[in-house]
Amino acid sequence: MSETKAPLSETKVIEVEDLVTHYGERMILKGVSMDVRQGEIMVIMGGSGSGKSTLLRHLMSLEAATSGKMSLLGRDIAGLSLKETYDLRKKIGVAFQGGALFSSMTVGENIKLALREHTDLDEMTMDIMARMKLEVVDLAGFEDLAPSELSGGMLKRAAVARAIIMDPRLLFFDEPSAGLDPVVSAQLDELIIRLRDAMGMTIVVVTHELDSAFRIADRITMLDKGHVLMVGTPDEMRSSDNVRIQNLLNRRIEEEELDADAYLRRLTGEDRANERA
Amino acid sequence: MLDSGIRYMSEEEAKLGPIAQRIENVGRATMVGVSEIGYCGSLVWETIYWVFMGHKMGQPVRLQSIFAHMMESGVRAIPIVGMLGVTVGMMLAIQGIYTMRIFGAESHVTIGISFSVVREFAPLITGILVAGRSGSALAARIGIMNITQEVDALSVMGINPVRFLVAPALLAMIIMVPCLTFFSDVIGLLGAGIYVAVDLNISLAAFWDQVFEWLSVDDVMHGLGKSVLFAILIAVIGVANGASVSGGAEGVGKVTTRAVVQSISAIVLTDMLFAFMVTR
Repeated sequence: MSETKAPLSETKVIEVEDLVTHYGERMILKGVSMDVRQGEIMVIMGGSGSGKSTLLRHLMSLEAATSGKMSLLGRDIAGLSLKETYDLRKKIGVAFQGGALFSSMTVGENIKLALREHTDLDEMTMDIMARMKLEVVDLAGFEDLAPSELSGGMLKRAAVARAIIMDPRLLFFDEPSAGLDPVVSAQLDELIIRLRDAMGMTIVVVTHELDSAFRIADRITMLDKGHVLMVGTPDEMRSSDNVRIQNLLNRRIEEEELDADAYLRRLTGEDRANERA
Repeated sequence: MLDSGIRYMSEEEAKLGPIAQRIENVGRATMVGVSEIGYCGSLVWETIYWVFMGHKMGQPVRLQSIFAHMMESGVRAIPIVGMLGVTVGMMLAIQGIYTMRIFGAESHVTIGISFSVVREFAPLITGILVAGRSGSALAARIGIMNITQEVDALSVMGINPVRFLVAPALLAMIIMVPCLTFFSDVIGLLGAGIYVAVDLNISLAAFWDQVFEWLSVDDVMHGLGKSVLFAILIAVIGVANGASVSGGAEGVGKVTTRAVVQSISAIVLTDMLFAFMVTR
């Protein structure tokens, strides 16, 4: 868990109330209510099909809900005009699961895109700002490379640099640890905590990685089959009496441990040695 | 218990089942088609909106982006359009002289060639070529951007995807397809002229004299007008197919093929309707 130096702010950056959403005839979110407070790292967790990615798309105002209310940075999403929606989006940043960098542009061009589109800054200033953001994510000097020349971890860090170029108040991460080895994953977790501490950003992370979630979260929203099971700190989550939460946490841990053990045994040839014995 | 409904179904109902199923399938396909046409219409409308309202909304359609698309879909297509233009022109001359010779009227072949090239073949061949070259590229690009969440990334960055991706491509095609068509007109007639000059032993200047004698500005505008419609069709069909992609790389392949087939079909159909309506 990340160490919060001060108690959580009471100012709510995101408020979701009774959110219901359908894909075709299938109900995905069944009355989700939650909030995210200023300066906290909120982790949204849940098993496959729990609705966490759908909730994230709603929080990023990419999807319209069937019913319910949602406010982002104090603005009710439903009442916004097209221009207001785009203006609001300039205040949020998103680091997508696969990076979602534009393959037709260099890393530097990707990072400068929002500046180029939304500001009148000259090229030199934009270059300096892009380099500064790349330094924040430890990718200084990579601005002239194409996204295809970066590793998975580098891609995700470049995506973070692009997401923070406009100094957003709110930052979303979609599965930041997915597909990364434990060391790179831990580095990315440290970066998330650093962004919150140094830049005062409010951060929402969607993940199914328990280790990562418990390392970075101030609070966790646990989703299950379209419902919110619980919202609480990692300690509250661990000590919860809710059987479903304990099942989700323990089963997940067991599965991962089993998989890791099996993988290690295969790697070291222990299985074959046992068979021969 | 589960199959009891089927067991007790009357013979008449059983016969109607597959028919009803087919009618339902036709209905669903029709609805999908109508919805796609509606989506294409909304793309054109949104493009017009962003062209005129972009500045007010703080999101102008960038000239630089339009020029980049013009370069890609227009300037880089010049060699292949030129080659096909010359070939089609010569082919028309060969067939024209062969046919007119039956009546001993091969000296009048220029009339047929001129009208065929300028009113039909140049816009049609250029349209089909741009559909295969740029329409497919547009569908694949938008499709891949959709799969890799690049379109979502644009949206959350406060950049309208239609303004950023569709409007420049559509405007570039509206400008470049007529330009390529005009180029194809000239090069096609030149190809035909060279063959006619050699075969009928007349000078190239005499050929051009006859062309200018018979062709009017209306004939040229007929072809160019059609090419504007073709440009719109190619762009919106490419984008609509790219936006509907699902299923990863295989899905991208499918929508790319679908975009080319639909574009060429739409071009040929529009060509016929346009010719019918304008010549009435």
